[in-house]
Amino acid sequence: MSESAIYGLLAEFPGPDELVRAAEELSREGYRRVESYTPFAVEGIPRAFRFKPLSVAIVFLVSALLGAGGGYFMQYYASVISYPENIGGRPLHSWPSFVPITFEMGVLAGVLGGVLGMLLLNRLPRYSHPVSNVPRFRAASSDAFFLCVESSDPRFEAERTAGLLRRVGATEVNEVPR
Amino acid sequence: MSTTQTETAPILPAGLTDDAISERISGFVVKRKVGRGWIAGFTISFALLMMFNYAIAVLFTYGVGIWGLQIPVAWGFAIVNFVWWVGIGHAGTFISAVLYLCHQEWRTSINRFTESMTLFAVACAGIFPILHLGRPWLFYYLFPYPNTMALWPQFRSPLIWDMFAVTTYAIVSVVFYFVGLLPDLATLRDRSPHRWQQVIYGLLALGWRGSGRQWSRYKMAYLIMAGLATPLVVSVHSIVSLDFAVGIVPGWHTTIMPFYFVAAALQSGFAMGLILIIPVRHFYNLKDIITGRHLANMAKLMLATSLVVGHGYFTDTFMTWYSADPYDKFTAADKFTGSYAVAGWLFMLLDVGVVQLVWIRAVRESTVALFFIAILANVGLWLDHYILVVQSLHIDFLPSEWRVYHGTIWDWMTLIGSFGLFLTLFFVFIRIFPMVAMSEMRGLVHKKPGELKEQGA
Repeated sequence: MSESAIYGLLAEFPGPDELVRAAEELSREGYRRVESYTPFAVEGIPRAFRFKPLSVAIVFLVSALLGAGGGYFMQYYASVISYPENIGGRPLHSWPSFVPITFEMGVLAGVLGGVLGMLLLNRLPRYSHPVSNVPRFRAASSDAFFLCVESSDPRFEAERTAGLLRRVGATEVNEVPR
Repeated sequence: MSTTQTETAPILPAGLTDDAISERISGFVVKRKVGRGWIAGFTISFALLMMFNYAIAVLFTYGVGIWGLQIPVAWGFAIVNFVWWVGIGHAGTFISAVLYLCHQEWRTSINRFTESMTLFAVACAGIFPILHLGRPWLFYYLFPYPNTMALWPQFRSPLIWDMFAVTTYAIVSVVFYFVGLLPDLATLRDRSPHRWQQVIYGLLALGWRGSGRQWSRYKMAYLIMAGLATPLVVSVHSIVSLDFAVGIVPGWHTTIMPFYFVAAALQSGFAMGLILIIPVRHFYNLKDIITGRHLANMAKLMLATSLVVGHGYFTDTFMTWYSADPYDKFTAADKFTGSYAVAGWLFMLLDVGVVQLVWIRAVRESTVALFFIAILANVGLWLDHYILVVQSLHIDFLPSEWRVYHGTIWDWMTLIGSFGLFLTLFFVFIRIFPMVAMSEMRGLVHKKPGELKEQGA
């Protein structure tokens, strides 16, 4: 589909339950580029979009493992290779005393990497977004529940889609300018 | 067991809507005028903070000789304060992370408070070891950085573990706090009446829009962070306790230390949470959001941890007797009969004895009683650390070395001054960030009545 003049259609719903039902309905109709905007994490939305945030979990896991491995290696390198010190013949590679720092470095790297990953996957930080061109959108962070069908969706046809949104319970449908 | 009205009170006021929550909580930050009470409280806290700065300036000028430190008591107030402040932070993480994993929905009203408490307590705690260094400008020697001396920190030393643990804890607490705050910052951005507020909160909110996929990744990240913070909080105070347990000083060299340190940490944190929340909910009229039930739950957690601490005391004493180690036995007896006998009896009375009043329902329901019990419990826990650090050291293995330690005026000024730092930060927090996690509260409002489980603590 060619570049549309508008970004999409923003439909407002009276509450989270209506929103989830509408999202499921749109999914069944074959719409794929649909996004919800809500003041809190609405249960049922990820399922309606068939979305699983596994990538975030993987980023956490990988960065935690890298942190723990790096932390252990740092201690091993310092104690065995770079600055070996014979203290009464005790083993240089004294792994039990390396455990605390290994753990701490794992947690630190996991949290920093994971949160950074979460933000980047969410395309944050972001200066502006087309949906915020709709004046009413401000309420999305307080008490309004929106679904946005993007014009890049193959099934998007402004009038037909707007009709469908009204039929599935939207109280108001606005065009989102680019 | 039958419970009274307070303890079965709903964790949310009836008829609360998304808009009402957003309006009220964000209103404290973006609309409310600066009140007289806030100015008065901030002024006092700031004066204490200035006293803290003065004491530190004098310390940096003349060195740690201005404190009461000597040999054998080379660890004094600074270490006591460090252990105590770090501990206070732990309950905040416990409430945000462990209670989150346990689906204890009541935590939602108070987790922002206690997370803030964690940050500010860790800020206070982090200062003391640096002050204690003697040459504080060389504190970066603790970090493993490439240096021209070709030296590494001693990774087998608990003091280095401690540095890693506390630094990690501080950074993770800040990140956890910021992530929790992110959706609320977006709410503040959208509800601020003034342009400058919109710009500041808008920048902090990083462009958060609350889209379904954003929320989904956010929740996953939050869950995993809670899962990582839970063992972290246990590890941090365990490692702090190893600073003592690895030493061969009688009274320190015991394996119960990590367990009992973590319990004492949580107890002091629950107590500090009560000390902060009780006045704030009174002055900001938050009694419908932070109900008597929240306070009673906090009090019960304080009681439970006090029992664990008491169990730690008992086991420690028993093991001292059972070990038949004459040095250990001598130190343990001196705790209650020697130069520090008053503090030795007092700390057990305050942090374990007085807290038992919480068993009585009337006490749990009286905010005034809880407030003072919490203060006494925290005094008791401070004395506990004081006895542990000072009393164990002052009767060293060599009787010719024995000396009684007392804090000087500078020790007391740094202790009291650290409250200035803590409270100043807290007063600023009340003005610039929402006191209650709004996005999580909105989520709770929409749960069906049956989904909110009946929860004691």
